[in-house]
Amino acid sequence: MKRTLFDKIWEAHVVSTVVEGPTQLYIDRMYCHEVTSPQAFDGMRTRGLKVFRPEQITCMPDHNIPTINQEKPIEDPISKIQVDTLTKNALDFGLTHYQMGNEKNGIIHVVGPEIGLSLPGMTLVCGDSHTSTHGALGAVAFGIGTSEVEMVLATQCVFQSRPKTMRININGKLNPGVTSKDLALYVIAKVTTGGATGYFVEYAGEAIAALSMEQRLTVCNLSIEMGARGGLVAPDEITFAYLKGKEFAPKGEEWDKALAKWKELKSDEGAVFDKEVTFDAADIQPMVTYGTNPGMGMGITDSIPTLDSIDKASQISFVKSLDYMGYKPGEKLMGKAIDYVFLGSCTNGRIEDFRIFADYVKGKKKADNIVVWLVPGSWAVDKQIKAEGIDKILIEAGFQLRQPGCSACLAMNDDKVPAGKYAVSTSNRNFEGRQGPGARTILAGPLVAAAAAVTGRITDPRV
Amino acid sequence: MEKFITLTSTIVPLPIENVDTDQIIPARFLKATSKEGFGDNLFRDWRYDKNNNPIESFVLNNPTYKGQILVAGKNFGSGSSREHAAWAIAGYGFRVVVSSFFADIFKNNAMNNFVLPVVVSEPFLAEIFESLKINPDNTLTVNLAEQTITNNVNGKSESFFINPYKKDCFVKGLDDIDYLLSKKDQIEQFEKARKAFTGHLV
Repeated sequence: MKRTLFDKIWEAHVVSTVVEGPTQLYIDRMYCHEVTSPQAFDGMRTRGLKVFRPEQITCMPDHNIPTINQEKPIEDPISKIQVDTLTKNALDFGLTHYQMGNEKNGIIHVVGPEIGLSLPGMTLVCGDSHTSTHGALGAVAFGIGTSEVEMVLATQCVFQSRPKTMRININGKLNPGVTSKDLALYVIAKVTTGGATGYFVEYAGEAIAALSMEQRLTVCNLSIEMGARGGLVAPDEITFAYLKGKEFAPKGEEWDKALAKWKELKSDEGAVFDKEVTFDAADIQPMVTYGTNPGMGMGITDSIPTLDSIDKASQISFVKSLDYMGYKPGEKLMGKAIDYVFLGSCTNGRIEDFRIFADYVKGKKKADNIVVWLVPGSWAVDKQIKAEGIDKILIEAGFQLRQPGCSACLAMNDDKVPAGKYAVSTSNRNFEGRQGPGARTILAGPLVAAAAAVTGRITDPRV
Repeated sequence: MEKFITLTSTIVPLPIENVDTDQIIPARFLKATSKEGFGDNLFRDWRYDKNNNPIESFVLNNPTYKGQILVAGKNFGSGSSREHAAWAIAGYGFRVVVSSFFADIFKNNAMNNFVLPVVVSEPFLAEIFESLKINPDNTLTVNLAEQTITNNVNGKSESFFINPYKKDCFVKGLDDIDYLLSKKDQIEQFEKARKAFTGHLV
């Protein structure tokens, strides 16, 4: 029986299957952040349980933490309680915890790969839908709810229905000025926001193979935005080179053994996927979203669809969405004024994103009339920005660097876009109110964000 | 946990597609460390204006519609994995959500909180919305034992899927952790067998 990569990893982790029920899946690693874990730890206390495999769990706060003055106590008392609760829970239950200000703190989906905790062939979960990010290493990684976090704390297992498999092939080469974020937004626009629900995606093809590890992390991160349970890329020399020497990656003889195993992690030739779709990289241009879900994206030079091109049942939602954004069917977004730019998040908060942004703004000046938040995904990213002198380029162009965290991606801290204002954002969701009540989000890649940051308008970075 | 067998109730209609969990419960309300109180902020930004006054046009503020069954457009619960969305729906008093399509993580979260997600066909869904325009007091009957949902305005019925294990959990009020804890020996055996060939992976 020829098997897909997903099948191989999944099947190696099945502890049991309930008759006519879900699979009991063994989890190699879990990450916990402060928002989706407190009720799970409470449940453990109520049941009088200890964590079953504490060495396989890593905690860090990221959602609530401020992006300035992290050396001081958090001002928002409710955020502070949530962050302190994670500290206490990690201590009480004996878990590794990288607290705010720790050199290993940052957005959990940036840090995990960065320090080699996320490895090929693993099953990996977190109470966070963007756990799909870690699939870029060749892992089966997916987001879970808090009840499931408690299951893993208690037994290192979750119950899951087995997803179907989908392969998304991207043939050919990406054009200059097109980033992996554009690739992902293009795929989501084609597949639609719910089009991969029930599936686990494998990304393949020439354009995917050519992506760096960080670019793959961006693509896999966004798998959930088309409803997929997760997305992965078969590990290859790019993956191995990325992992070699990372703090928690295997070393010496262990590395050699691991490498031999990891090299087997690929879909068999002729393995059948439940669904397979193919796109041509040459068709992809820089992308922007115009609506209130990530599937409402288009090429930056394109026009918003007209009402009559929308399926009748979907028209109410389409109109509601454009009303919220203050845009009209059929119009172009190029040249539209914006108010905020956000570079950061688990989608685009890595060093390559900052390099792309800095390369574009070098020798230019920030637009006067806008606010720009540049938020590294982790302290390690921040350190690298400074090591490469990127901070100096940014300062010269009139920008400031903030401290790491999830920040304006979901605005749980003070980084909120005011009602009615437009933000070009490298994050992952343009839902109503996502960046603050009434905020209007235009999702884009780091290059489009850079162009918007110097013009104050939606601008094609290629011209 | 309250056991679930059958439910007949009036309906709250929400004919919007792709209702994401940020709408169900906005992120700024996720800072609580308990599961209580989320129902008050269910659909917060659709339900209240910026001065915290109820928005009359939103269905939860319309006294015509009430009940324990929420009926929504396709792809309900997309986006974030926040279980707070399920806590908000349960906390508000809904016991069933009906749609033609649910996002995966939301569906699991709902079931883990004994909120039953019922998937119906698109025509059946459209008929529910249409029938409510004529008679807002129309009811649906959800029969978990038979796995059927009936639109009582016309007597039309559809069957829905739930795996037998989860159905049993609903009927008996049991949760997954109880079951998993009973499997500890099996988990340890799995770990031993696995370490033999992938010790370095964990």
